Amino acid sequence: MNLDLNTIWFVLVGVLFTGYAMLDGFDLGIGALHLFTKEDAERRMMLNSIGPVWDGNEVWLVTGGGALFAAFPNVYATVFSGFYLALYLLLASLIFRAVAIEFRSKRPERWWRQLWDMSFSVGSILSSLLIGVALGNIAWGVPIDEHGEFAGTFLGLLKPYPLLVGVTTVALFMMHGAIYGVMKTEDKLHDKLRVWAMRSIIFFVICAVTLTMATLLYVPHMAARVRENPWLFSVALLNMLSIANIPREFHKGNDGRAFLSSCGAIITLMALFALNIFPNLVYSLPNPENSLDIYNAASSHKTLGIMLVIAGIGVPVVIAYTVCIYWIFRGKVKVGRHSY
Amino acid sequence: MDVLTLSRIQFGATIAFHYIYPPLSIGLGVMLVLMEAAWLRTNKPIYHQMARFWTKVFALTFAIGVATGIVMEFEFGTNWATYSRFVGDVFGSALAAEGIFAFFLESGFLAVLLFGWDKVGRKTHFFSTCMVALGAHFSAVWIVVANSWMQTPVGYHIVGEGMHVRAEVTDFWQVIFNPSMVERLAHTICGAWSAGAFLVVSVSAWYLLKHKHVEFARASLKIGLTVALTASLLQGFTGHISAQGVAKNQPAKLAAFEGLYNTTSNAPLVLLGWVDEKNQRTVGLAMPYALSFLANNDLHKPVTGLNEFKPEDRPPVTASFIFFHGMVGIGFALMGIAALGFLYFRKDKLHERRWLLWILVFSVLGPQLANQLGWFAAEVGRQPWIVYGLMRTPEGLSAVVKANVVLTSLILFTFIYFLLFAVFIYLLNDKIQHGPHADDLIPSGKLALPEKK
Ligand code: HDD
Ligand code: HEM
Ligand code: HEM
Repeated sequence: MNLDLNTIWFVLVGVLFTGYAMLDGFDLGIGALHLFTKEDAERRMMLNSIGPVWDGNEVWLVTGGGALFAAFPNVYATVFSGFYLALYLLLASLIFRAVAIEFRSKRPERWWRQLWDMSFSVGSILSSLLIGVALGNIAWGVPIDEHGEFAGTFLGLLKPYPLLVGVTTVALFMMHGAIYGVMKTEDKLHDKLRVWAMRSIIFFVICAVTLTMATLLYVPHMAARVRENPWLFSVALLNMLSIANIPREFHKGNDGRAFLSSCGAIITLMALFALNIFPNLVYSLPNPENSLDIYNAASSHKTLGIMLVIAGIGVPVVIAYTVCIYWIFRGKVKVGRHSY
Repeated sequence: MDVLTLSRIQFGATIAFHYIYPPLSIGLGVMLVLMEAAWLRTNKPIYHQMARFWTKVFALTFAIGVATGIVMEFEFGTNWATYSRFVGDVFGSALAAEGIFAFFLESGFLAVLLFGWDKVGRKTHFFSTCMVALGAHFSAVWIVVANSWMQTPVGYHIVGEGMHVRAEVTDFWQVIFNPSMVERLAHTICGAWSAGAFLVVSVSAWYLLKHKHVEFARASLKIGLTVALTASLLQGFTGHISAQGVAKNQPAKLAAFEGLYNTTSNAPLVLLGWVDEKNQRTVGLAMPYALSFLANNDLHKPVTGLNEFKPEDRPPVTASFIFFHGMVGIGFALMGIAALGFLYFRKDKLHERRWLLWILVFSVLGPQLANQLGWFAAEVGRQPWIVYGLMRTPEGLSAVVKANVVLTSLILFTFIYFLLFAVFIYLLNDKIQHGPHADDLIPSGKLALPEKK
């Protein structure tokens, strides 16, 4: 593996999507848990815990999409036109999730709030599920013809393995969101979220174990990759350690560290996924020779170089002020006049 | 209907809906900066109250702008996959840069603008407001760069063949500063300022009519009318430069805008009229020599007509003509309205002129309509090309997407967008009826402390 521009962009696109999963992951998780809170005050607390940050978090997805377009246009074109209906469903879910946050507390009527509570929660769950299913399909392999076009169907995307990845993603984000919620809330809601965090940790661990077994048993090209490169086990080990560390820290009351471990779990999961598909971006099944990889799907060297300069200037600045903003809004949420 | 028609309808409808909101965010962003600056300078509570009130409206438009923008980001891939492969090398960079330089900036500092009132000091808050406004302008920069490149492509070469042919960057700066970029950007941004300013003016005029929140309304009008007048005057100027650019770079488009079939010297400018496509002529009230002068700065120079182009290379004439004339007509009307409002306001007579106040209330629709018409003119006038002179629109379609699938997404999103629009209008009206909050006169938290000198 030599570090050329194509590889660097594979990593950078991966970093953007990992950033998205890690950050918007907890927003989606809060959304997934939203309906479990019953009182209006609690629901407002849930919304306000992510209020100042969810939009910035979603920009990781938008920028990931843009970077994919610029660096690997063939993947952008093939995957998005191939996954057409699934993608529009995802967009619809993201829309309902987003506007619900803004709309919900604008009117006092019960039906109004319940409507947008539903829309927020269902939108969040469906988004997580669909993101997982998409990832699952890429891992499983997608039918690609000799022109590099998608050759499958919408229903073909709903195979058991991708669906399992989808459910695992929902569980992962629920766990991540619950831990985030525990950090940001106080009193009764805090205690409730603690219980859900424990439950969702169990839910996630069951999913993760099932998924690992399913991958080793039913996704031969992934399993073969691990066998050929035993060092991949170290990443997997790191992943398991992060996951195991979550309940440990949580029991000790170190919520912040539990959250960091949860971030670690997401990062290592994405790294495992990326290392397993590299250098392909879309593995073609049944005709692996049609796979889209970091060379045949990439933009020209010149563009990749220009983009690297853009990223080099932009990303550090973005990270710097993002950290500042999380700092300004650190601590427990309070619901006040400017809140949702 | 076929995939092509459906995809075009869907793209046009989704972008037109998205484009209701960004101009408001860009324009209101500027208004917020001015209001907060006025507060910091004068320390008058009314400006603080203004900034608070308009921030809430800003949040509402912003949320829907974001929700509908995500659709746009992915729609090139879903419906125009062949186009995306063909231009990705050039066009994708602009979209990615928009994410890195604009959206992150905007959404990050938005948190402080909306939720930071009690948490940060005055200067930090003002800085955040400026950054949000700057971010919104950067979005416009990058997206107009991308779109202008489709109108006037330069700085690339074509490589590969057959299925794998595509445009690759040769000169990045040429791509950015393509021949139509600067003038179109200036014109688009003026349109956005106009949208924000007229919204402020419209709401304030309504309060004056109802004798509500009078002090608030007058202070808002002062800033609103000044920006509205400036923006509408600049609009005409930048639009004129744009038109000269179109005449030079896309002569078929200009001919369609003006319904000009035969190349004519001393060409007249049609002020009001219609295109008789069957007999290939345009009837109506025309100003002699004016088109030649506007296009070339010369009363006599010929202006290229549509007959110089093969029929399959001509844009739809009637549609282009109507869109373009609609925009220009509204543009001049807005200049007049803003000027009248400004004059009477200066003379302190505005509150007595109820007819003018009513016009001001409805003036908010002007920039919105003109913005839509302007884009429709620019995009329909680019037809039959998706990338001018390089790729025809039907060639850009996704190969694997079928008509019934596009119909499904089109129906789904039509439904969603109607719903969003209804809720938006409902909540906006709610906010306006409630008016500014009395508590907002007094700054709270850290903002209450005056900045140490
Ligand atoms: C408040 C909105 C607004 C108003 C009042 C006007 N325009 Fe405009 N116009 C736009 C908003 C706009 C726009 C939405 O910003 C467009 C669409 C694409 C673009 O670059 O700017 C545009 C495009 C556009 C184009 C086409 C550019 C192209 O195809 O590349 C021309 C020639 C003009 N305008 C000229 C004018 C003139 C002479 C006006 C007279 C006052 C005018 N516009 C008023
Ligand atoms: C925000 C204002 C915009 C509006 C209202 C608008 C409107 C439209 C409309 C009405 C069409 C259909 C034209 C036709 O098929 O006859 C269209 C097509 C298109 N526009 Fe725009 N547009 C806007 C901005 C943009 C931008 C910023 C881009 C690129 C970055 C863009 C790229 C395209 C593409 C790729 C098509 C599809 C191909 C085509 O039908 O020409 N548009 N737009
Ligand atoms: C086809 C072209 C377009 C695409 C792909 C696009 C993409 C997007 C995306 C993804 C967002 C959400 C960003 C976030 O999550 O914060 C957004 C919002 C925004 N877009 Fe667009 N957009 C397009 C056209 C335009 C045009 C023509 C303008 C202005 C001239 C514009 C200005 C903005 C602004 C200011 C926002 C911030 C949200 C708001 O202010 O409402 N966009 N756009």
